[in-house]
Amino acid sequence: MSALAVVAAALQVVCVLAGAPLVVGGMRQVRARLEGRAGGGVGQPWRDLRKQLRKQQITPRGTTVVFAVAPAIAAGSTLLIAAIMPIFALGSPLDSTADLFGVVGLLFLGTVALTLAGLDTGTAFGGMGSSREITIAALVEPTILLAVFALSIPGQSANLAAIVSATLHNPGQVLSLGSVLAFVALVIVIIAETGRLPVDNPSTHLELTMIHEAMVLEYAGPKLALVEWASAMRLTVLLTLLANLFLPWGIAGADPSPLAVLLGLVAITVKVAMLAGALAAGEVFIAKLRYFRVPELLAGSFLLALLAVTASYFLATPTH
Amino acid sequence: MALHFSPAVPELGEGPRAAQRTRSARLSGGLTAALGAVGLALGLSVIFGAPRHLQIAWLLPLVGTRFELDPVSGVFIAVTGAVSISVGIYSVGYAQRERWARVPMAVLPLFVAAMLLVPAAGSVTTFLLVWELMAAASLILVLSEHRREAVRSAGIFYAIMTQLGFAMILLALVVLSAASNSDAFTAIAAHAGNLSPGTRATVFLLTVLGFGSKAGLLPLHAWLPRAHPEAPSPVSSLMSAAMVNMGIYGIIRIDLQILGPGPRWWGLALMILGGVSAVFGVLQASVATDLKRLLAYSTTENMGLITLALGAAALLSSSGAPKVAAIALTAALLHVLAHAAFKTLAFLAAGSVLTATGLRDLDKLGGLARRMPVTTVMFGIGALGASGLPLGAGFVSEWLLLQSLIHSPHDGNTLLALAMPLSVGAVALTTGLGIAAMVKAFGVGFLARPRSGAAENAREAPLSMRAGMVVAATACAVFAIWPALLGPALRHVLAALSTVGGHAAGPQLGTYLRLPGVAGSLAPALLAASLLASVLVALGLSRWGARHRPAPVLAPLWASGSDALSPRMQYTATSFAEPLQRVFDNVLRPDTDVEVTHFAESQYLVEKVTYRTRQADPVEQRLYPPVVRAVTAMAQAVRRAHNGSIHLYLTYGAIGLLIVLLVAQ
Amino acid sequence: MSWIGRIRRTGRIVEPANDAPEACVTPPTGVTGSLQLRHVDAGSCNGCEVEISGAFSAVYDAERFGVRLVASPRHADGILATGVVTHNMRQPLLNTLGAIPEPRVVIAVGDCACNGGLFANGHGVAGSVADVVAVDVEVLGCPPTPAQIVAALRAVTGR
Repeated sequence: MSALAVVAAALQVVCVLAGAPLVVGGMRQVRARLEGRAGGGVGQPWRDLRKQLRKQQITPRGTTVVFAVAPAIAAGSTLLIAAIMPIFALGSPLDSTADLFGVVGLLFLGTVALTLAGLDTGTAFGGMGSSREITIAALVEPTILLAVFALSIPGQSANLAAIVSATLHNPGQVLSLGSVLAFVALVIVIIAETGRLPVDNPSTHLELTMIHEAMVLEYAGPKLALVEWASAMRLTVLLTLLANLFLPWGIAGADPSPLAVLLGLVAITVKVAMLAGALAAGEVFIAKLRYFRVPELLAGSFLLALLAVTASYFLATPTH
Repeated sequence: MALHFSPAVPELGEGPRAAQRTRSARLSGGLTAALGAVGLALGLSVIFGAPRHLQIAWLLPLVGTRFELDPVSGVFIAVTGAVSISVGIYSVGYAQRERWARVPMAVLPLFVAAMLLVPAAGSVTTFLLVWELMAAASLILVLSEHRREAVRSAGIFYAIMTQLGFAMILLALVVLSAASNSDAFTAIAAHAGNLSPGTRATVFLLTVLGFGSKAGLLPLHAWLPRAHPEAPSPVSSLMSAAMVNMGIYGIIRIDLQILGPGPRWWGLALMILGGVSAVFGVLQASVATDLKRLLAYSTTENMGLITLALGAAALLSSSGAPKVAAIALTAALLHVLAHAAFKTLAFLAAGSVLTATGLRDLDKLGGLARRMPVTTVMFGIGALGASGLPLGAGFVSEWLLLQSLIHSPHDGNTLLALAMPLSVGAVALTTGLGIAAMVKAFGVGFLARPRSGAAENAREAPLSMRAGMVVAATACAVFAIWPALLGPALRHVLAALSTVGGHAAGPQLGTYLRLPGVAGSLAPALLAASLLASVLVALGLSRWGARHRPAPVLAPLWASGSDALSPRMQYTATSFAEPLQRVFDNVLRPDTDVEVTHFAESQYLVEKVTYRTRQADPVEQRLYPPVVRAVTAMAQAVRRAHNGSIHLYLTYGAIGLLIVLLVAQ
Repeated sequence: MSWIGRIRRTGRIVEPANDAPEACVTPPTGVTGSLQLRHVDAGSCNGCEVEISGAFSAVYDAERFGVRLVASPRHADGILATGVVTHNMRQPLLNTLGAIPEPRVVIAVGDCACNGGLFANGHGVAGSVADVVAVDVEVLGCPPTPAQIVAALRAVTGR
């Protein structure tokens, strides 16, 4: 762990902070172009964020401190994940603080914070959004942890740097059956966790179909900015996780040179841009699933993850 | 439903009876806490010191009593002691608030004493004696408010199931003792290798069922969700956080230590039992609307996880992976400790809510955060621990369990290849549903606005109750952030459990939890500190642009434009859990009843719609009635032999004596 | 799969943007190119709603200029009000405006919203939007064309 690795870790956090609204803007642009429109531009979410930060702070009557700090907890937990994961380089100082199980736990901490805030408003739609969100979170957890299991088999560890190094040393195993199944399962998980189509429509106006939006209907101004920023960072971090766990080439090593860090930055930007574009393009072709069909989708992804693990068990040769 | 009504303002200073009660409560609570402190000290000294034994021949005729203390008993004595300290302090205020009679106040220290003695028992008769003492004391305490019908029926149910479990344990221990020709545990352990596989299997199954019933594992768990809500809250805490551990202690002592390394199917059986109990328990908790019933089912869930961990340790060590087995064993022990801490806290907080509002029903609670801030924070810490999220007391043990499951050896071993992923899936589902259950309990019960008048008039608990909760909360915080404190103690306990891999080097619990032999690390304190830093960074980000903002304002809720917003429009616990109930409908099978009343004048207009839903325990509904029917039929058949004639009974006695004499030849 | 072909064949259907009209109000908070609006139908015949949905459609694409319709007034910078204000909608209109954080704008679309239009003295009518709240931008027309609506929105966003 060298000084440059620490700098790279700090740079990671700043880039995730700065780049998350750009990722969302990019996805909106891809959708707009595919629909034949011009779209607001990649910088539109940034303009919206800056404007929201300058608006009045509103505290609804009857809410408690939970409502007030939930956006900060959601954003903070996502920032911590960005600091722990290897994004540009492998040797993040926080890498041994938490492994992939810890990262999943932090993701759920953010979800729980917003869910409690939705309940704290005491409105019917807040409660509805919280109830739906927690049901999906509960049903998605088996898939996530099984996918983590599948990913940890090649490297014999659930620590992120170890998984990425194992894939770097043995590129062929990305194409193995277990890896492909785990990839598909994780894509479904990311769609469910970040509230994209077909699980949830982020731009809907119909409260009865909302899941994530319904929890945040009462937030205004700077807290709303934090909530939207946290959502964008969550999406970015999860896409980065997907990219680095399955396609880690370009990432700098544990003791990198400045050029390697720069190369890592460029590599991850390209990968996330491609993944985000693919996700946005896929959304054009899908309609939102009826809410009570979502558990079937999640059960399917659970089966895929289970198959991924058993396939890895019987087909993988662990490297010691 | 409101189950008992406390007068709105219980004045404690009225007259000599109240003063007498205060003295008694202080004596009872103080004695309990003192016993707890003695137990904690004794347990710790045994863990770090040499094993001790004590023989008191005159206490029991014919066989005498034996007490043996080794690190395994030490850890369970220590846990019971720690829980009792917290509960003792709490019960000082609780007994006054709830106007306890003399009997419960007197029996509470006795219950704690019996629980402290169970792990210390060193022979079969001693063990059965103190076990029954513990059960009898707990029954008396469960029946504290015996004037209510619900309490009486819960008490009867509990008594029957306890005795059923006891019968199985008795049978198993007697078989073991007869086969080894001795009463003392040390002698039995020495002879355990000579037992036939059939005997071992019988003893294993009987002890797992009997001790599992005490621990709240399926299928004999139905007493838990009935007895805990009706018992007073300090008693519920003791039962959930200390007494159920005795079931786990029994399984560890008899099945894993004394009967030695068993065949592979033992570990598998424990894993299956634990996994099913965990998933079933948490599923019931996630749809429960009674706060204490929710916590009771959560106990079943956690005991299931502990049994799963024990089973994994047994399976892994008999599959030749002692290092990984040691991780699973550490996970099990740490979860026993963590569960004791957060379950105590949660039940004590629930008790505080009960005394303040008279309500256990989450559908009628709410808005307690402003009226009872300390209780809310305490329940929040307990719920965070129960949910297994980072910064919660249960996170580290769950992490260790998952690490042990994913690092199992896969050298073409089909059994492990199927068992481990399914176990990870079960643990993950348990965690997810546990999060849902705890979010429901905390969010619906404590946040937003009160859903009933009783919740609106809630007042904070008195000082002693708050102090008891703070003791438990401190333990939760230690488990969450600094589990390294327990490292040396756990190492000693592990060394005593060499039959399931305890001899291998266990995880190193320092600032970084490291797993020797496998790659994996976690640093809870650093994680907490980094999370705090990130949250502060996020808060700082939200200050960006603050100078352009108009002044902040307090505004009414938007609530999608509703004009008259009543607290009844909030989501209740039932509605919150409805999607989950729908998903798991085939397992839960709730009883739903919809009644539509039309106007007398016109059948087209609806005057009232009543929706009733009742969630019973499906295992109890489907498994118990056939067994009860069979037993009743057998009893009816035997009844024909009782026709009241003395001569016939004397004949029976003579024949029985003849048979005994013949067999004893 | 036929959709991919259709997307490629259809291509871009949005009308090219004209020059930006001059700003008639400063953008809320001073950030240009970002305006979230909460649409409130205070009693309209839905003719203006059809034109507004046309303004946000692929042909006119008001999102190009940073405007977005949002579900909650807490997320919005202003109200896009249509229709003459009926008695029943008077209080909800005030509530919605009150739920919007400062600084905020009110944009009245259509003759009914601006001066009562066809329904000016109807028995169920409380007045035009201007009679109930202070209006910042008026878009006259019955209904106004999507181009006019987009021009008015651009005058607020400054883009």
